[in-house]
Amino acid sequence: MPFLLKKIKELESEIDAYLDMVIKGGLLFKQSIKYFMSGEIEEFELRLDELDKIESDADILRRTIESKLYEQTLIPDSRGDVLGLLESTDKALNVTTETLHQFAVEIPHILPEVKHLYIELTDLSISALESMVAAVRSYFEDLNQVRDYINKVLFYESESDKIAEKIKRIVFRTDIELSKKIHMRYFALHIENIADEAEDVCDRLAIAAIKRHV
Amino acid sequence: MIWFFLLSGLFLGWSLGANDAANIFGTAVGTRMIKFKRAAIVTTLFVIVGAVFSGSGATDTLTNLGAVNALAGSFTVALSAAITVTWMTKLELPVSTSQSIVGAIIGWNLFTGSSTNFSSLAEIVSSWVVGPFLAALFSFFLFKLSMKIIRNLKIHMLEQDIYNRWGLLLVGAFGAYSLGANNIANVMGVFVPAQPFKDIELWGALTFSGTQQLFLIGGIAVSIGVFTYSHKVMFTVGKTLFKLTPIAALVVVFSESMVLFLFASQALSDWLNNHGLPSLPLVPLSSSHAVIGGVIGIALAKRAQGINYRILKKIVLAWVATPIIGGILCFGLLFFVQNVFEQKVVDYSYSLLNSHRKTDIPPDNRFLTAP
Repeated sequence: MPFLLKKIKELESEIDAYLDMVIKGGLLFKQSIKYFMSGEIEEFELRLDELDKIESDADILRRTIESKLYEQTLIPDSRGDVLGLLESTDKALNVTTETLHQFAVEIPHILPEVKHLYIELTDLSISALESMVAAVRSYFEDLNQVRDYINKVLFYESESDKIAEKIKRIVFRTDIELSKKIHMRYFALHIENIADEAEDVCDRLAIAAIKRHV
Repeated sequence: MIWFFLLSGLFLGWSLGANDAANIFGTAVGTRMIKFKRAAIVTTLFVIVGAVFSGSGATDTLTNLGAVNALAGSFTVALSAAITVTWMTKLELPVSTSQSIVGAIIGWNLFTGSSTNFSSLAEIVSSWVVGPFLAALFSFFLFKLSMKIIRNLKIHMLEQDIYNRWGLLLVGAFGAYSLGANNIANVMGVFVPAQPFKDIELWGALTFSGTQQLFLIGGIAVSIGVFTYSHKVMFTVGKTLFKLTPIAALVVVFSESMVLFLFASQALSDWLNNHGLPSLPLVPLSSSHAVIGGVIGIALAKRAQGINYRILKKIVLAWVATPIIGGILCFGLLFFVQNVFEQKVVDYSYSLLNSHRKTDIPPDNRFLTAP
């Protein structure tokens, strides 16, 4: 039994490390957007490289965790839910990385009057991502907390919707080329997507938590 | 000839092992929390230990109900019970070995003109109602308590999984012991008054009584049932009959085992009596009914709606029908065995002398008693 417990503790640490990577990815995204908005492209690119590395490490770690859960036939009744949660969490991190890549490739022209709104939108989306990670952690250790974190995610997601709409309203009432307007809308939409992904994870999590309670 | 007559009891033992082991390890094996081989080994070991060391209490009650004192009679009683169990299982009705054997014993009493001890019968029938009710009560409170503990301790899901596995194994061992102690009476009880085995002295200090040898044989038959057929039943029970969370499964099996133990332990009964506390009668119960009681307790603890009254009606119907069918079948078969095969199904001289004979095993720890 002590040997088995040691192996379990190792796996717990790996799950924690994986979730830490998602958090770190979110923070890097937040930082990068700030650098992008202030025109510090070099700093932005450095953070993007770091995020790329985290995303690929997280993928490897997730696969290791998943195969260990299967190989050691652990949590047979909740294994499907846990794998689903880890995969959808990974998707949220992927969307974060992809969005940053699109900034790097397309270098959108952001109007100075909406830059602070993009930063605010980023903060809200990453807050949703962070609360999502906290909710997933609680699912493993303290089911009572899951509901609180899910409510936070829902709040941040709805706030990010409002800010994204505000950006679009301002942009489409400005006298600039339509292509630029559409481009800015497209990036608002992408940042908003991070919060949407976090919300999707929480929808899955809410069901998984109910199943564990029953 | 003795081995031929024992065949019906062994068949009953086999079917008990094949079906009732699933009530102990069904969820654990069905959900792959415990490997079948490990579950089967633990069940085998503990069923035999329970049967040999604590099987006499419930057997005494059955013997009081009707001391089937001729081997051919015992054979017919056990065969009727086995046919009833098989037939009812085919009709997909929840069947109890205990109820079919009691019905068959009453059938023997009626056929042979032996008197039925109505106080024993009342004890047995009331226990069939009290047993599941007690299981429901235990599981209700145990589930509430375990949920409270889990919420407060905040154990990681993966660690909880390991503790659950060990819990299921330990509780399963206790369940197997209790099943052996309580249900061996169904399998071998009717052979006790007529059993021909001599006591064996071990190392000049221990006595392995004839009844214990009989229970050992019965225990082995149960074990064969576990190894040869219970695998399929465990997967069916684990996946379809009651799909519970591992914690709920742990609570249900523990409650079921407690009930079987309470109605089988002579030592506990003596201890309660010595302390002026009311004790429960030692009666063979149905482990399936105890499990159903346990599941209802969980459902109530979770304030779950939608108890299926159609299934409940089916259970009650089987509850009433099983002993009646067992009795009628036994009566008919005894007629054939006595008149067609010309076998002695009752020993009148024996029954006059030993109408209230108890089994020859002293109260618990009887394996360690000096001769």
